[in-house]
Amino acid sequence: MTREIALGYVPLVDAAPLLLADALGFAEEQGLHLTLHRAANWSMLRDMLDQGQVMAAQMLSAMPVARALGLGSGRVALETPLILSQGGQVVGASAPLAEALARQGQPCDFTDAASTARAIAALHQPLRIPPLRIGVPFAHSMHALLVEDWLAGMPATFLTVAPPLMPEALAEGALDLFCVGEPWGSQAVVKAGARLLLPGAAIRHGLPEKVLACRAGWCEAEADLAGRLVRALSGAGDWLARPGNASTAAEVLTRPGRVDVAAELIERALTGRIVTDPVGTEHLVPGFQDFGPARAMRPMAVQAQWIASRLALRHGRGSDAESLAAAVFRGDLHDRFLSLTTA
Amino acid sequence: MPASLRILLVESDPERAERVREALAEAGERDVAVISGRRVLARDVAEARADIVLIDIAHPSRDVLEELTQATSPMERPVAMFVDQSDPAITRAAIEAGVSAYVVDGLRADRIRPILDAAVARFHLFQRVRSELAATKAALEERKLIDRAKGLVMKARGVTEEQAYALIRKTAMDQGKRVADVAQALVTAADLLR
Repeated sequence: MTREIALGYVPLVDAAPLLLADALGFAEEQGLHLTLHRAANWSMLRDMLDQGQVMAAQMLSAMPVARALGLGSGRVALETPLILSQGGQVVGASAPLAEALARQGQPCDFTDAASTARAIAALHQPLRIPPLRIGVPFAHSMHALLVEDWLAGMPATFLTVAPPLMPEALAEGALDLFCVGEPWGSQAVVKAGARLLLPGAAIRHGLPEKVLACRAGWCEAEADLAGRLVRALSGAGDWLARPGNASTAAEVLTRPGRVDVAAELIERALTGRIVTDPVGTEHLVPGFQDFGPARAMRPMAVQAQWIASRLALRHGRGSDAESLAAAVFRGDLHDRFLSLTTA
Repeated sequence: MPASLRILLVESDPERAERVREALAEAGERDVAVISGRRVLARDVAEARADIVLIDIAHPSRDVLEELTQATSPMERPVAMFVDQSDPAITRAAIEAGVSAYVVDGLRADRIRPILDAAVARFHLFQRVRSELAATKAALEERKLIDRAKGLVMKARGVTEEQAYALIRKTAMDQGKRVADVAQALVTAADLLR
């Protein structure tokens, strides 16, 4: 019997597993019919899940962890049985900061996080300029955590800027640095003369970027439905991770009413070919963004703890943060639904 | 209960903003500030010092408000939002659950009033919880203080705990002070003389 399920997503490249599971039959294979609800922002998506309009949703990996620590709006406990994607972020500099870096002779090979951070610190300290203004899509996001990790204590102010508005914010001189998912970083290059400095994966590889989030307890209460969903999305992720499928995926993602970005830009993101400056320098980044294999998409307590420890530091939460967070990333559910033996 | 609510409306479409402002005025709310534009800064919202922020559920900068939940507690600033279709029961349930989503199809005054009421009710509920929490904390602090003062008196005068407390209470009564204040004076004096 086919079962129905309502899912929420935000129109970004990494909504791919959900959109592909629907369009390419991975859901159908599991006897599942997906109803996809597009949300205009993360708060809206979170509310949809909290209110039960959708049963599961693509979500920033830090959001369910932040919830467990009592940070942010909403109080319904959340958990995740599946990582949807890793990486996919780019860190970039505003045109003025990029020029200053270039004058300093900082080579940009788009791989060396440590030397780029040192170059920024060297620029920053003698000038005694105010804290770096860093644009991120959401207060509790891997974007913010990665940049914080990378800058290692340099004074910084994080400002929430919706990804499509990042180029505008840069053009107006409101930001020095930014971290955002593709294709919005490339858009900032094209529209605001920004320069991309690093892929998120160069700061730390293998951290979860998006997860499948549902209300705590739902997976166990609706084990049949949740199992079908996790298998369908995992199947889509596996397919996406295989070379040669990027073009097809990009076409599917850019169907009307899904992700409103040119298919070419999405394909670049999926294949890790990133244009980093206004003159069109292209860098090929293997492992820029990962959607599979399934084994790598198992949520692990240690990942949630990493996120929690950093959130706790920033927001002054107690020492129980890590233990609270560990229960959010449910590797046990992943094992149960996919019947994979753990390594 | 504040005499008048200060409402901040975040709306990029000037025409729609004007319609909401009119609807709010009809509902008796005149202290309304408006932030227009698609890109909104958390600082601007914070500086408006509004009791309630009204923002479209799909506003491109809605996530900015999440930043404000760090600075102040989310409980301090109820956020109401507009959605396209509305069901007052869902609206109320959502607000009570802390979700913060609501109205407004046509932005009619009679639709806005219940939302504001629900948001305000939530606001006061949290305020009450917060003040109860503060009172409990204060009581705990006082008890610790009185315990220390009792200990000091017991040691200095060689009396039992009960006698020490009676002595402190009598002093408080004689001087027209609170027991906690006398205890505080004792503890302060003892710390000075140590």
